[in-house]
Amino acid sequence: MAEIKESPLKKVCIICAKGAIEDVYATLVMANGAVMEGIETKVFFTFFGLDAITKKQMKRLKTSTVGNPAMRAPGGLPFPTILGMIPGVEAGVSAMMKSQMYKLDIPPVDEFLEMITAGGGEIFACKLAMDMFKLEKEDLHEEVKGVLTVGDFYAMCGGENTQIIFT
Amino acid sequence: MATKTYAGQTVEVNDEGYMADPSQWNKEIATEIAKEDGIELTDKHFEVLEFLRAANEKGETLTIRRVGKSGIIDIKGLYQLFPGGPLKLSSKCAGIPKPASCV
Repeated sequence: MAEIKESPLKKVCIICAKGAIEDVYATLVMANGAVMEGIETKVFFTFFGLDAITKKQMKRLKTSTVGNPAMRAPGGLPFPTILGMIPGVEAGVSAMMKSQMYKLDIPPVDEFLEMITAGGGEIFACKLAMDMFKLEKEDLHEEVKGVLTVGDFYAMCGGENTQIIFT
Repeated sequence: MATKTYAGQTVEVNDEGYMADPSQWNKEIATEIAKEDGIELTDKHFEVLEFLRAANEKGETLTIRRVGKSGIIDIKGLYQLFPGGPLKLSSKCAGIPKPASCV
């Protein structure tokens, strides 16, 4: 039988279309991790994911406390959805998530973007979603390299051993 | 565990080339490990390596953010010193275990 030889990943193009803390951080951790491994990295934010790179919203990301069956209270106690509907609960839970991440040396979103670009990663916004949300380039964080159409994005995703990841 | 000879000294390494015993480390060994990865160590490199070794001894979890806040170098500079593997290559040269963090 012929031996299958694995060749290392060279480029990842990661798409983030959602704006909850866990969606955005999944994208940022994967992107930064790729940069740290010497993998060429492009990150593309679209739809609600744009919150992560919008100056006004990036520090206010929340995690949803309703409709999340994996959400539990500390100690593994059940966390009924109806509790998540009480005003202030979402903010409290989100603050707690952030403090837990901070303890693991996971930075706030703006600093995370800077870490990715410091290693040569590139960050882009989706033009269609920008138009939809009435956003301008000036509304975005300085680390965002450009606003792309889907065609521009695909044009960047060529090459051997490239993967597109949708988080 | 495998052994390797660097600068005339035999050291224990794991299968990824990380030294098993940080106390066997010295600057000459670091220089030769770095050479294998195509890096020529400068004084700045050694400052980073000493920082990593001290942090590792204290049992801290190392991240590039932690190094970036050390006052020795920023993250961009760290990438320039150890291209393609700021934390992994620096840890390898510092004779400490492969970093176990994701950031």
